[in-house]
Amino acid sequence: MSDIIDLTLVELVSKIKEKKISSKEIISAYVERCEKSKKLNTFITTDFENALIKANEFDKNPNYEKKLPGIPLAVKDLFCTKNLRTTAGSKILSNFIPTYESTVTENLWNEGSILLGKLNCDEFAMGSSNETSFYGKVQSPVGKNLVPGGSSGGSASALAGRLTPATIGTDTGGSIRQPASFTGTVGLKPTYGSCSRYGIVAFASSLDQAGPMTNDVKDCALLFEVMSSYDKKDSTSVNFKRSNYLKNLNSSIKGKKIGIPKEYRVNDMPKIIEDLWQKGINIIKDAGAKIVDISLPNTKYALPAYYIVAPAEASSNLARYDGVKYGFRSKGTNLIDMYEKTRSEGFGNEVKRRIMIGTYVLSSGYYDAYYLKAQKVRKLIKNDFDEVYKKVDAILTPSTPSSAFAIGEKTDDPVSMYLNDIFTVPINLAGLPAISIPSGHDPKGHPLGLQIIGKAFDEQNIFNIAYFMEQQINFKSKIKDWWI
Amino acid sequence: MGIDLKTVKHISKLSRISLDDKKAKKLEADLNSIFSFIEKLNELNTENIEPLTSIAETTLQLRKDEIKIKNIRDQILKNSPEKNKDFFVVPKVVD
Repeated sequence: MSDIIDLTLVELVSKIKEKKISSKEIISAYVERCEKSKKLNTFITTDFENALIKANEFDKNPNYEKKLPGIPLAVKDLFCTKNLRTTAGSKILSNFIPTYESTVTENLWNEGSILLGKLNCDEFAMGSSNETSFYGKVQSPVGKNLVPGGSSGGSASALAGRLTPATIGTDTGGSIRQPASFTGTVGLKPTYGSCSRYGIVAFASSLDQAGPMTNDVKDCALLFEVMSSYDKKDSTSVNFKRSNYLKNLNSSIKGKKIGIPKEYRVNDMPKIIEDLWQKGINIIKDAGAKIVDISLPNTKYALPAYYIVAPAEASSNLARYDGVKYGFRSKGTNLIDMYEKTRSEGFGNEVKRRIMIGTYVLSSGYYDAYYLKAQKVRKLIKNDFDEVYKKVDAILTPSTPSSAFAIGEKTDDPVSMYLNDIFTVPINLAGLPAISIPSGHDPKGHPLGLQIIGKAFDEQNIFNIAYFMEQQINFKSKIKDWWI
Repeated sequence: MGIDLKTVKHISKLSRISLDDKKAKKLEADLNSIFSFIEKLNELNTENIEPLTSIAETTLQLRKDEIKIKNIRDQILKNSPEKNKDFFVVPKVVD
């Protein structure tokens, strides 16, 4: 059965539609591999028994009209799943059973997909290495004691380790694209408003977006098509015409104008990243597209602005965890004492740090100096993009300033951890779509990614460019099953 | 601008997160390093810039306040750490 796990999502869908394979065969193959892969610590909660029951039901009464007929998917444990524990990687939600389903996962199940389980992530999606989860660190299939990136680290690890044919994550400042880059997989942060936020445990509401993580660009287009929908239950959901992204995939990029922002050429950028970027530029040039040098002058202010906006929104969103209606509760001598002990014991260090930053920047006397200032900087960053998009169709940058680092390497220095997201954060602040595609390896054999940033709601265009580049790059995973 | 230990303890009160002295000291160091990074924004003149409050350019949609999910009281109460019949229980607040 080892061949099943080597198939892409699109290939699995056609095999099942051609009746060459049953849902039960697919799910059994994945369950078997998941059982052998516990060392990676990718799952927080598994739902294998139910998955096998649903596979049998599908095979008895198959509906081949669906886009993901009988296909198993594991999802980041930030999406609420009705009647199945949802933890957000936190102790404070360790026994939380949602009474409702997130819109994005509902969309997956409505198209015939079957849940395998809930994947590990940084606590409340706060982290860039999947080391802040209450449920333990996630190992990268790329190498022992290597981080898979974060916060969607369990998703990236499960996908690259072939424990799920595709997965979904969330991206507030790079949490899909950075782990995709670290594990040699494809990850899309869609335009803000494309995928409903309803039922996703909130981190920073003006930045959070759910997106697909897949083995290739075709799979990414298909999964995005299924996930994205207009949803009245999310007041920031945007009602635009969603197209058939997979069917419309077109790898001709001739005549397109691709911007190369000089500000992303940061000081002390490793040569390997610079070479990777140049390789991407050459591919685009050779295809008859035009390379345009552009400037996004406020790029260096994106990360500091993000570390005001995101914690401020987080401190407000996480105020709901008080140990009363759901979640973990600690004993206290009175109500306030109970709140304080519950939150102190229920949240991990990184989450507490960010709640404290957020509380401080929103506190009396500091609001104008920090939060208002950051919102103004955010406007300048968005203006930068608006300006360059008058001249170019898309922008090409590296996804991350380095390849994956070792577990424990950056945990003592929060700022050095935050710097991981230097190329991804500006895109969240501007609400734009961006995709990371695997584009090479460093000398140690660790994957590296390139990022293609598009105009708002122009996902089709970045899929097309990514599809073309993917064919030229012809990336081959070097992952050996070291954990089995 | 530095954040002193007293401020850290004040923020911890506002955040409803209890802190022992050792943790407060560690946070003091972390917050100072993060804020010295954030202070970079002061280089930038933002005097006449409109703040960006929402990235979604549409106005927020209003919907009718309708009950769509019914009879889930028991399921909701099941998630509660402490309950009594149909009520959430909290430590005593009035004598």
